[in-house]
Parts: sequence; C-alpha cells; structure tokens
Amino acid sequence: MEGTDSVVHAKGVVRVYGEGDTAVRALHGVDVEIESGQLTAVMGPSGSGKSTLMHILAGLDRPTSGSVTIDGIEITTLGDDALTKLRRQHIGFIFQFFNLLPMLSARDNILLPLTIAGEKADPEFFDTLVERVGLADRLAHRPAELSGGQQQRVAIARALVSRPTVVFADEPTGNLDSRTSGEILDLMRSSVETYGQTTVMVTHDAKAAAMADRVLYLADGEIVKETGRSSQHEILQIIDTLDLQ
Amino acid sequence: MIRFALQGLLARKLRTALTAIGIVLGVSLISGTYVLTDSISSAFDSIFSQNYKNTDAAITGKSAFDLSDDGTQQAPPFQADLLQKVRDLPEVGAAGGAVNGEAQLIGKDGKAIVFGGAPNLGFSVDPSLPQFNSLTLVKGGWPGAGEVVIDTKTAAEKGFQAGDTIGVQARGAVRPMRVSGLVSFGAVSSIGGATLAGFDLGTAQRLFDKTGKLDQILISAKKGVDRPQLLAAVQKVLPPATQVRSAEDQAAEDAAGTSEFLSFLQTFLLVFGGIALFVGSFVIANSLSITIAQRTREFATLRTLGAARKQILGTVVLEALVTGIVSAVAGLFLGLAIATGLFKLFDAIGFTLPNNGLVFRTRTVVVALIVGVVVTVLASLRPAMRATRVPPIAAVREGAALPPGRFHKYRSAGAVAVAVVGIGTILAGLFVDGLATRTLLILLGLGVLLLFVGIAAFSARLVRPMAAVSDPVARWSVVVLTAIAWPFILLPLWLIRRLFGRPAEFPGVLPDGPAVTLGGQNSRRDPRRTASTAAALMIGLALVTLVATLGAGIIKPFEDAVDKISSSDYALTAQNNFSPLPPTVAAAAAKIPSVTELTSVRAGQARAFDKTISVTAIDETAPKLLRFDWRSGSQASLSELAANGAIVDSGYADEHSLVLGSTFQLQTVTGKLLQLTVRGIFKPPAGGSPFGNVTISTGTFDSTTTQPQNIYSFLNIEGGVTPANTATLNAALASFPNAKAVTIEQFKDNQTDGIKSLLNVLYVLLALSVLVSLFGIVNTLVLTVFERTRELGMLRAIGLTRGQVKRMIRQESVMTALIGAVIGIVLGLVLASLLAARLDEISFTVPVGQLVAFAVVSVVVGIVAAIWPARRAAKLDPLEALQYE
Repeated sequence: MEGTDSVVHAKGVVRVYGEGDTAVRALHGVDVEIESGQLTAVMGPSGSGKSTLMHILAGLDRPTSGSVTIDGIEITTLGDDALTKLRRQHIGFIFQFFNLLPMLSARDNILLPLTIAGEKADPEFFDTLVERVGLADRLAHRPAELSGGQQQRVAIARALVSRPTVVFADEPTGNLDSRTSGEILDLMRSSVETYGQTTVMVTHDAKAAAMADRVLYLADGEIVKETGRSSQHEILQIIDTLDLQ
Repeated sequence: MIRFALQGLLARKLRTALTAIGIVLGVSLISGTYVLTDSISSAFDSIFSQNYKNTDAAITGKSAFDLSDDGTQQAPPFQADLLQKVRDLPEVGAAGGAVNGEAQLIGKDGKAIVFGGAPNLGFSVDPSLPQFNSLTLVKGGWPGAGEVVIDTKTAAEKGFQAGDTIGVQARGAVRPMRVSGLVSFGAVSSIGGATLAGFDLGTAQRLFDKTGKLDQILISAKKGVDRPQLLAAVQKVLPPATQVRSAEDQAAEDAAGTSEFLSFLQTFLLVFGGIALFVGSFVIANSLSITIAQRTREFATLRTLGAARKQILGTVVLEALVTGIVSAVAGLFLGLAIATGLFKLFDAIGFTLPNNGLVFRTRTVVVALIVGVVVTVLASLRPAMRATRVPPIAAVREGAALPPGRFHKYRSAGAVAVAVVGIGTILAGLFVDGLATRTLLILLGLGVLLLFVGIAAFSARLVRPMAAVSDPVARWSVVVLTAIAWPFILLPLWLIRRLFGRPAEFPGVLPDGPAVTLGGQNSRRDPRRTASTAAALMIGLALVTLVATLGAGIIKPFEDAVDKISSSDYALTAQNNFSPLPPTVAAAAAKIPSVTELTSVRAGQARAFDKTISVTAIDETAPKLLRFDWRSGSQASLSELAANGAIVDSGYADEHSLVLGSTFQLQTVTGKLLQLTVRGIFKPPAGGSPFGNVTISTGTFDSTTTQPQNIYSFLNIEGGVTPANTATLNAALASFPNAKAVTIEQFKDNQTDGIKSLLNVLYVLLALSVLVSLFGIVNTLVLTVFERTRELGMLRAIGLTRGQVKRMIRQESVMTALIGAVIGIVLGLVLASLLAARLDEISFTVPVGQLVAFAVVSVVVGIVAAIWPARRAAKLDPLEALQYE
C-alpha cells in the first residue's frame, strides 16, 4: 500500500463494453486513489466514463482489466456473494433517484443495510445521525409521504448508518431543486467533517464539486486533471479550458 | 392501433404466455372432455351396431316393468320352443337364439379375473349362423360342448392360449373348460375392461341355469319382406312376457344406459373444465391489471399523441382477444393429451372405458374456441377500463398513480353484497322445497360462483391482517419443509454444483431473517394484487376442501351405519365388493360347522305405487344378526314376515301413508302381484341403508324372482374374528372364486372404497385448477420482479445476496399461497356445512388431517411458484437493474 491514508486503490482500470467492431472503451487504464476522510468529486461530461469508474470502484461492475482494492481487499476477483458481503461492510450508496423501499417507513429504510446484514444499530449513533439529517420527526413516514429532499436525507442516513469505509454518491442532487440540493450537499460535507466519512461523489454540477476536498476530471475514459479544494468559479474555468462541456 | 396491440403482445411474449396458461388448461380440459366422451360413445356405438349388423328384429324377454341397470336382475328368459315357431314363419329368413349372463373367468392363480368394476360377460355363440355373430375368431376354433372362447385381451393379460384350461363360473361352482379359441369383439380392441366368455348354446344354458330357455332371438327377414311386415308377423307368435323390437330400437335400448352415463360423465367433466377456466379468468384479469399499471406511461404517451379512451380500450381488448385465440387453439390440441390422460386416470381407479381411437369432432373445436376466447375477453374488460383512466399527464410525471374509478368507494360494500347474494342463492337452492335437480344444481353453481367473486373482491381487505399471521407461519413451514428436503434435494444439489465448480451457497435451513422480513413486507404492499393472486388458489382449495369434507361426511356415517346394523363377525361379498352373488355362496359357508349364524340379504327390483323401487329380502336368521332402528314394530316383526309381510323404511312409509297393518300391492319382475301387509317401519341409518324401500321374506322373494341374488351375507362364527376362521371361511368359498369372506371392519373399508376412488378422481380434476393458480402466482411474481427491478438493484447494491433475493421472493409467494389456502379452506368448510345441513346422508365431519395436508400442499405450491421468478430476480445484474427504467 502506498499512501497510509487511502482506502480505495484502482490501478490500470480498463472497461470495454461489447466485442469486436462494436466494442466501446469506457475507461482507458485509470489509476486512482481515494483518500480516507475526504470528499472526492468526480466530474466529467456525459459519456466520460465517470459513472463506470464509480461502479467499478464500488464493486457493482467489473473492470475488463486492472485492479481495485478496498481496504486492502482485491475486489476484482471476488465471487458475487463475497462481493455482496464486502459491499455490506465497506460501501454505502446514495442514488440519484433515492431508491427507497415504498412499503418501509423512513426508520426501516435507514436501517435496511443493517437489517440485511443481520446487525443491530447502535442506538446512540442512530439518534444523532437522524438528528443530523433532520428526520427525527419523520421516522414513521413512508417515502410517499416525504418530499424529494427528505427522501434523499433518508437515503444519506441509510448510506451512513453502517459506517461504511466509503460512501459512493451518484449525482445525489441530480433530481432535486437548487435550494434542496444545497442542503443535501451541506449534509454530505458535514458527514465528512463530523465522522470523517470517506465519500466519492460523481456529479456534473460545479456547485456540488466545489464542496469536495479533491476534484477529479474525467474525459474520454481518462483522468485528465486533478485539483484540490476549488471554488465553483475555478471549477467552471477548468471545465471550460479542458473543453469538457 | 391493431398493429400497436400486436406489437405490444410480441414485445411481452413471456408475460403473455404466462397469462394465457390458465386459459390453455381450462380449454384443454373442455376439449379433452369432448374428445373423451365422443371417443367412448363412438366405441359404444360400434359395439351396439356390431351386435345387430345383420339383424332386422330381436325378441327379448319382457319384465313386468322397466328395470334399472344395477346388475341385480335381468329380464326373465322365455321358452326355447319359440325359436322354432319364429323360424317357421314365412317372413323369416334366419333366426338364432342366445342366452347370456354373468360368467366369471378364473385366472391361473385361482382368483376371479376382474378388470376394475367391469362386467364379466358370458353368452352363447352360434358359428352356424355367422350373420348374427358379432365375435371375430382370432385364434383356434369355435367352442364345442364344454368349451369356451375368451377375448384376446383377457387371454394376453392373464396368459391363456387356445388349448389351455380355464375355470368358468356362472350360477354354480367353478368348472374347468378348454379354451377352444380367442375372439375379439368386431373391430373394438377393448369394451371397457369387460371379460368375454362364449359357449355353445347348450353349455351356456346349463351354465346360466336356463336349460330349455332363451334370452334373445335375432331374426333376419326373408328377401322382399320389409321390416314392419316382419315385426307384425313375429308379434303374432309371441307368448306373454316377450317382446319384439327392430334392430335399431334394440340397439338404442341396449345403449340407453350408456348414453345416460356418458351425458352425465360429460357434464361432470365439463364442470371441472369450467372451474379451471374460472380460475384462469382470475389469473388473466390479475395479470392484465398488473401489466396495465406498469404500462401507465405507455398509455399516457398514447393519450398525449391523441389516442381516444376508446382506442386505449380497444388496444387492451384486442390484445386479450389475440391471447384468447392463441391459447384456445393451444388448449384445443392439449385436450387430446388430456383425453388420453383421462382414459388412463379412469383405468387406474378400475373404471376402464371403451376406447376405439380418439374422436375429434367439429363441435369440440367450435365450443373450445368460443369458450376460451369469450372468457379471456370478459376477464380483460375491467383492466381495460382501468387503462382508459390513465391521464395524459402520467407520460411526463414520475410515478403518477391511476385515478380511482367512480365506483371505487363502493368496492368493499359491493363485494360483500355479491357474496351475500351468492350465499342467498345457495341457501335458496338447498332449502326451497320441490326444486328440480337441474334447477337446484344451477342455483348451487351460480351461488358458489358469486360467492367466490365476492370473497375475491373483498379479500384485499383481509390481506394485511392475514399477512400478520401467515408471515410467521410461512417462515416456519418453509423451515420445516426445507429441513425435510435438505438431505434428499438440497444437499445433493449443492454437492453437484460444487462438483461442477459452480460457486453455491451452502444450503441452510434456519430462516434468513432480513430476506424473509422484506418478503413479508412486500406481500402487504399491494393488498389488491396479493388478494387477486391468492383468490385463484382460494377457489381450488375451497373446492378441494368441500370435496374432502363431504367425502368424510359420507364415509363416517356409513361406517356408523354398519356398526349399528350388524353385529356379525364376517361378511361375504364379491371380489369387487359390490356385485351380487348367487345364494349357493352363502349356502357353502353355512355348511361350516363352526358357523353359528348366517343371514343373507337378497336384493332386486319391484314395482309399487307405480314406481320401480329397490326391494330386499331377509331370512329367519336375520333378527340375530341385523338390527333395525324401529319406529313401529320390533325385532320380532322380522320373523313375522311370512308370505305376505313387509317392513318398509320410514321415508317410504311417510310418502305413501303406510302404517303398521296397512296393505299395498307389489309387482315383482315376473309380473306376479303380491298383497303385502306392513309389519314394521324402521328408520334407515344416516349413512345409507343397506335395505330397499320394501323388505320381504326370502321365501316370498325367491318364489317370485328368477335367479335371486344376495348383495350381502353376514355370519357369526365360533371364536369370532381369527386368522384361522378367516382361512376356514375362504377354504369353504374356494369353489366360488368371485366370493370372499371379509371381517366386518374390512367390509366397512371395502364398501367405502368406491367413494374414496371417486374422491381421488375429484382431487385429480381439481388439481388442474390448483395448477392454474400456481401459474397465476408465478405470473404475478414475474411481473412484480419486472416492476421492482430498480429496487432489486438497490437491495443488491447495499448488500442483499442472490440467495437472499430468492428467499425474499419465496416468502412473498408462500404467504400469498397461504392466504389463498386459508380463505379457501374456510370457504370450503362453510359450503360443506351448508350441504351437510340439507342432506341427511351427510354429517358434517371436519377431515382435520386432510385439511392440514392441503395447507402443506399450498405451501409447496408457494415454494414451487417462486422458483423461477426468484431465479430471474437473483440473476439481475445490480448495475443494470439500477439503470432500468
């Protein structure tokens, strides 16, 4: 292991969809490390391969070649069941479309990853988590009775409840209005600061990327630039100069 | 729009096929029924027309009244000298006389040869008059005196060849006879399991105790003489108690019993086809509702593009129409297989039907197609109406729900009302007096139908409370079944997978808490969908429960009745438990010194108050062995019967206002009139009375009946039931291979065997409906998996393993099945209690063991139904599932 504080390593990740003439190379040998306790944003236009990269890092998709380790475990060779169990322990997800279970209350939705793993929640941690995401008085509601912002808060709490090694967020604000987006981003930022929660966020929203400690720019399946914490303006300029729009 | 509908169907081939299975199976049972009954009736037709192929007229004996065909009596024979008189007539070309009767063939093992309950036909053959001989000689020669020809099927199955010796028994003891040849009946390969034995006339007359007598004379007219002339001429020489009929009339008369039976069989089987279709219509309606909910956006897009509501309605109905046609055609041909299966089924319970090749008539095609298509289209109407309510805005809004219909709020009340009307109709059918049987059955059928529809519509309300109970029940019953199946199925399967290098989870038994909990929650999330899916199984289970409860309600009181009536040690019956036996059998047993008491019950038919009734006769030993539940009279009355005494059952006494000392007239088969005095009136036991309406003394019976027969003999023996006594009795009966001595306990079992076989046939036929509902559950689950694809993707992403996905879906499936089973079993019990309240013959007895078995079967149905949908769900790639629209 190179950096003592990096939890996800990817080396030479190539992903090709299809075969022969119709083959599409989504990733051309990407090397990336995700630092522990940081919010990393992955930016890029549609088709740049940013979602593919995230899916591979999260163990949802397998690279055509290359290696990925999470917390020191090589995941590209794991079988489906082993991979599923690894996801339970190490990975949290936040989706663009929330993906809550309609028949469960907010509380049960939040607790779902623990329920699936057959574990009990630490009540103290659960209470502070719920307090922090502002759902204390909404726990008995079903998703249909919650606003979009509230649903995404449930989804964030669900991703954090098992204290995973890394949380992956796929366009978490893509389906929300700008005011609600701001709240959600603040919440994700604060989870990084309060709990030191390693988070990877795929987005094409510069405002969201401005919340990150580190921004990776992807174009045509390759990381073309990397910056530290940047303002929205700086990020937009970089995108402009790299012609990533 | 038409092209759109067809393309829609093609795009959803799998879903359409699953939806159609219910209709395919229902139609196949209907077409199978027609093929079966048409084939049987064509086989019978060829048998009966074969009998009279060169005959113009037939003379038979004439009983004083029409006999029903219960095997206890035959029309009396007439003097053989009539044959010569007929031959002497100038109008007659040729005439041949014949006798017939029951002739039992004895196998090499010394046991009577019986194929199920089929008769053992014996008759005389006259090779000198080949025009009247319907038998074809296959091997050997025609029988001489003391010889026999037997049918090829019996010969083949029991290993007999021409030249062998075979035991033959008719009225007397077994006689060994040489098999002179093997015959077949015209072109018919089998006439329903009956054994054939042909003799020369003299031998036959001796065997059947008809020396100097004939049962039938077949006549062909001289050239140039027409039928009416012939009949008129024969009529003139006929003695009393004989009659002449044209060949066609005689064939129709012979066939009358079978056509009645066939039309009953047809209706009986069609009812089950109807039930399967009814269940199928639930499956169709349910599947269409689900697909339409899933296609909301598609319909909304069509609406935004300018499609009118009517066009949406048209699209859905057209889809149903095409589905209906395709499944009806598939069902039609599957019916051929079903017909073959039914032949085998009846064969298996010892009820061999004549089969001369399958007959596929135009009527079968027309009815099957119409019924299949109409049912499918009717079932599609409600979902199609729902589709028309999709607002155009749903095209652009995520998760827009269908607006409820105008009558939505009256749904529960309406469902209850339909169920109440159903119960009312059933009650009216049962308790209004004086309804024709047909009306009664129609009212019952209609009532049950309405009740099912009502309960199905209402049961959405029951799903949530019932799920609370069925959740743990499903969980633990799956654990128990898994534990049972573990060493036999799960472990070997796992080992095989490992051997082939496929990674597999080691099979566990204990419930997977999280997955099962999720499954339980899934089953509550759309109560209407769960309820409609369960409703299909509910119908099957309700009917199975009804049948089982009624069966138990008939068997139990019958056994009680035997206990009440007879205190004897043994009973003597025929090998098939119901054929009457000649009195010589009882006489042989009575000769055993240790037999202390023996009584026989004769049975026959007679005519009184202008109706043919069953009569029985008892002898002077009867009071010692048989007990009656007297209303008037006493056991002593039994010995006072003498020449003109009678005891009657209470129902018959009430019907004809008979009291102790009343007199009435009874006409016996031979035409003799008896003036009888009522000596006693008894209450028949609830389980069916072994006695006829009228019981007279054996002496009177024998003097007025040709060839009297016993239906039962009961006896007491020193030492009671012991293996040694059983052996002694059977040794005494050795010369009567068709008779056996059974203990009174075995007697009860044997007598209820028929009911048990019938119950098994009903179970097999109802199993088809349960099968349809199983496909209904499969269908709902598959559609649900489609619908919840993205959700499944999320669950997999956050850590649900493939195995857990399977167990989640299985739990939902088993719960749905259990809900259907519980409602069905309760409904079946309610229906059975109503019937039992009305029918004296049936006491309401809950067959607990069987009901538990049905519940277990339902759980298995749930597990099996989940296999395939669960595999599909587990195979979903989480990533693709997450991106699924």
